[in-house]
Amino acid sequence: MADYNTMELMICTAARELEDGASIVVGTGAPNAAAMLAQKAHSPNLVILFEAGGAAPLIPEMPISVGDSRTTWKALMASGMCEIMETCCRGMIDYTFLGGAQIDMYGNLNSTRIGPDHQKPKVRFPGSGGANDLASFCWRMLVMTPQDSKRFAEKCQFVTTPGWLTGGDSRAKSGLPLGAGPYKIITNMAVMDFEPVSKRMRIIGVNPGYSEKNVQDNCGFELLKAKKIVENKPPTAKELSILRDQIDPYRYVIGR
Amino acid sequence: MEAIEQGIGKIFTDPDPDKARAFFRTKSRKLESKVMSVKEAVEKFVHDGDYLTLGGFGANRVPIAVAHEIVRQGRKNMGFAGHTSTHDFQILCAGEVFNKLDVAYIVGLEARGLSPNARRYMESGKVEVSEWTNYSLSVRFKAAAAGVAFYPARNVMGTDTFKYSGAKTIECPFTGTKYVAHPALYPDVSALHVHESDIYGNCRVRGITVSDFDVARASKRLIITTERLISNEEIRRDPSYTVIPYWCVDAVCEVPYGSYPGNMYAEYFSDEEHIREWLKVEEDPEEFKKFLDKNIYSCKDHFEYIEKNGGMHKLLKLREKEFMFLKARD
Repeated sequence: MADYNTMELMICTAARELEDGASIVVGTGAPNAAAMLAQKAHSPNLVILFEAGGAAPLIPEMPISVGDSRTTWKALMASGMCEIMETCCRGMIDYTFLGGAQIDMYGNLNSTRIGPDHQKPKVRFPGSGGANDLASFCWRMLVMTPQDSKRFAEKCQFVTTPGWLTGGDSRAKSGLPLGAGPYKIITNMAVMDFEPVSKRMRIIGVNPGYSEKNVQDNCGFELLKAKKIVENKPPTAKELSILRDQIDPYRYVIGR
Repeated sequence: MEAIEQGIGKIFTDPDPDKARAFFRTKSRKLESKVMSVKEAVEKFVHDGDYLTLGGFGANRVPIAVAHEIVRQGRKNMGFAGHTSTHDFQILCAGEVFNKLDVAYIVGLEARGLSPNARRYMESGKVEVSEWTNYSLSVRFKAAAAGVAFYPARNVMGTDTFKYSGAKTIECPFTGTKYVAHPALYPDVSALHVHESDIYGNCRVRGITVSDFDVARASKRLIITTERLISNEEIRRDPSYTVIPYWCVDAVCEVPYGSYPGNMYAEYFSDEEHIREWLKVEEDPEEFKKFLDKNIYSCKDHFEYIEKNGGMHKLLKLREKEFMFLKARD
């Protein structure tokens, strides 16, 4: 078994979710690394888009901004925010990767604030950016995040970005496009999906070296468990070499 | 039509298109030179209390010279559209220029991390905020550009982002489903950085466009900074390249390297070293004050700022990086 760190494990696990021919809107950092890895390892026809306007570039190295020149390097189109978001809203985009300071059992995300006073928050974060839009419009939202019981919170102090809202059919009733929503949560310990009726987060796979108990102990709410929980496969030597040599040679993301 | 639900956030600008039309009726259509310095443009068109928008994407094709000049001239009590804003937001926070803010993306510089000073300012309670998203603000500009009061969209419903916005939900007259109505946003003044403009303000842009073309049309007053001036004959030679027509524009300022330290598509890459230094120095408010004196307050203009940070040698390196970034890394 190859040696790897938790960031490499999460990126490799995430990349396997992206099948050839699918489309995805990504941000910078780990999600970008996962999309690039998928494209180089097994999904050469993965269409990668950036919210600022870059469409289907041949990304030479990881962008530092979703609007920098690397996002249009040998791209098919340099467009704008409305073009990308409307392509999502029209139903053409399969995946997006998001994250946040807090995530709850329905996959709702907080990237706005900590503290009760909105006009004078204890901690102010960037806000939605394009996250709320992408989670509303893209068919499947993926989250890649380290797992601890503070981040996996009973309740988000602010729901910036919609998951399954309050579970059940609440999202369907909200007015958001039908059929889109959180799909999988990929952490350093496990992979979770959402139970189809209650829309609650559920363990479906545990990473090598972790137990179901570890996963529950590092979560601020009760996780459901799939009937059969698999042991996730570690990164392969091929995945690791692409990630380390071609995608992130300066270890900006995988060195974290 | 009655709203089904309504956010509690304030709307800082009037979305009424008839009031905007009354203003645009008075806006000059004269084909005359609008060339002036950034200093003059800001003196003339940016006032205390105005609602401001800056184009580009945070640190990509951003009108940095205008942002610095606004801080240098000490504008206060402005409204601001925190739409995809990163380094531009950091600059305005340094001058505590605004106290009303529409938030889509603020405080962060994407993969570079969060700005300590912007966070301090946003956690001080001095700024009144409404929450939106990048797309929400994009369609608010789009509605204004189209001369209508709102734009229907399918985002934000069911979230606190909606609750703290000034949007409303309405019933679709065709399908009966719910839509969110985003109110038109007509900025008092905006600044955009472009690749090329003639002296009248007919502009060409390369690379990604973000929401700039709608911002240009939605704004009551518009300052263009351009990498270079080109002739009107060149514009007329092939009008298919024109993305902003001169009648939207009030000032044209020739500012080569005007997006520095940001990235400019097909011109130069961002100066990551300088942005890193900026983020680091913000950790200590006293050091940051000295840094601002050096880089903004004591500078006559954008070129003096560039001179102090490596001048033409630095710029040539950034040009190389933009064109050869496959191999030209620090």
